[in-house]
Amino acid sequence: MQASQQKPQESHYSIFDIAGPIMVGPSSSHTGGACKLGQIARALFHGTPDKVTFVLHGSFATVYKGHATDRALLAGVMRFKTSDPRIKDAFEIAKKNRLQYIFKTADLGRSQHPNTVKIIVEKKGRKSMSMIGSSIGGGMVQVVRIDQFDVSLHGIAGHYKTLIVWHDRGKTILDPLKKELKKHKIRIHDIQTTNVGHHALSIINMEGKRLNLKEVLALETFDGIEDVRSLTSLEKQ
Amino acid sequence: MYSFSTAKDLLKLCKTHDTGIADIAIRYEMEYSQRHRAETIARMRKIKNVMKDAINEGINNPRKSAFRMSGGSAPKLIKALRKKKMAMSPLALRAMAYATATGETNAAMGRIAAFPTAGGAGVVPGVMLACTEVWKMSERKLLNGLFTASAIGKIIAEGATLSAAAGGCQAEVGAAIAMATAGVTEMRGGTPKQCLNAASLGLKSYLGIVCDPLGGLVAVPCIKRNTLGAATALAASDASLAGIESFIPFDEVVMAMKNIAKIMSPKLRETALGGLAVTPTGLRIRKKIGLPPIK
Repeated sequence: MQASQQKPQESHYSIFDIAGPIMVGPSSSHTGGACKLGQIARALFHGTPDKVTFVLHGSFATVYKGHATDRALLAGVMRFKTSDPRIKDAFEIAKKNRLQYIFKTADLGRSQHPNTVKIIVEKKGRKSMSMIGSSIGGGMVQVVRIDQFDVSLHGIAGHYKTLIVWHDRGKTILDPLKKELKKHKIRIHDIQTTNVGHHALSIINMEGKRLNLKEVLALETFDGIEDVRSLTSLEKQ
Repeated sequence: MYSFSTAKDLLKLCKTHDTGIADIAIRYEMEYSQRHRAETIARMRKIKNVMKDAINEGINNPRKSAFRMSGGSAPKLIKALRKKKMAMSPLALRAMAYATATGETNAAMGRIAAFPTAGGAGVVPGVMLACTEVWKMSERKLLNGLFTASAIGKIIAEGATLSAAAGGCQAEVGAAIAMATAGVTEMRGGTPKQCLNAASLGLKSYLGIVCDPLGGLVAVPCIKRNTLGAATALAASDASLAGIESFIPFDEVVMAMKNIAKIMSPKLRETALGGLAVTPTGLRIRKKIGLPPIK
């Protein structure tokens, strides 16, 4: 098992990546980071899920019970903050909310960070969403895969003004969306697009105001755009 | 404009703007997250309040952690304050008690502020809250100390690592000692140079320490390493203010930490496959938790 700090190159940390997060113990990577990964999975999914599957890899798979990694992941999917004392009771609360959960362990590949999990979120009658993410230390996380797309999404404090867009492949398909963002006076910092077959997924990092849910949903009406999810709500964790 | 990744950058910024490390850290964060000063300081205040609660919890409501490996040491240190002929000053004992209380709250799944991580979360609040209390310092001074500590943590995160899975305990408790000693040195009126010098002294004394927790859980030896780490941080601050200079500058100590992390066996990096984790007691806990035997 090779542990490596997979830090974004040329990028700086916020003071609050070092100070904090405020969290329920015992481990910032196995509990705090796990909860954050659950939150991101939930934010990437449309609607309230009724089933979630966690596939634990590496150190997550071997020592998850003692660190309550399982409860923290599930709590994150239920939108609990890392500091929520109810993380301890995540199983009971999920049962009460009729959220079915399954934990498995598997080898997700040698290249993955030792603290990695695959999360599959489902709801009857809807398309499921899967994500692979790693907890890289001190509560910092990164997402390396969303559905069939390889991505690199870093969960660094204060840097969550991000849109995730599922769309058809094509160079100009995002143009109307970009124009709309401009209308909201939002500056696009960068766009990272991954293509697989006829489909594509773009991660748009923005600067400027925060979009509300209505504005985000309006972006889905453009031709060739399937889903748009905003991670803005995660910003204040 | 206020971006820094090394101690050299940070000292230069302090000199250019004729201000302390805390102020540079605050200005950097304002620029980074595009928030006002008041908002940035309020965010740190929230963290400070969580630290206080976690300490109170550990002292007044001690709970045993999973597999009963920890819990109840913090009140013992508070009681020791009344004993005569202790080697440590009442301030140091209090810092040790607070660091322990934070670690014990964390191990029992209580609420803490990771600073910089959960495993090393005891040292900074232990040292800085004890000093604030005993020396009757203002909240403003304390928050400045926390910003200074975070600036040191940022240099370590960008120059080496803050993950024990990548660098061993030196990356968590070691980093916390460097952060706490710099923060408390600033609170005591030390110059930016004295703060970084204290950080060098503190971190050097903790280089090479491995991460070998029993059963992979953040409890043994993590909590007591926080306890003694708090004492080390205070000692390093005293040494720096007494005029002792680290022969190796801070940036080079961070380089050494990275170099050691690279050479360190994965068995000694949070995998529970070496060190204390494989002693007879460690193996007994391993069995109790239900982890597979080590091949």
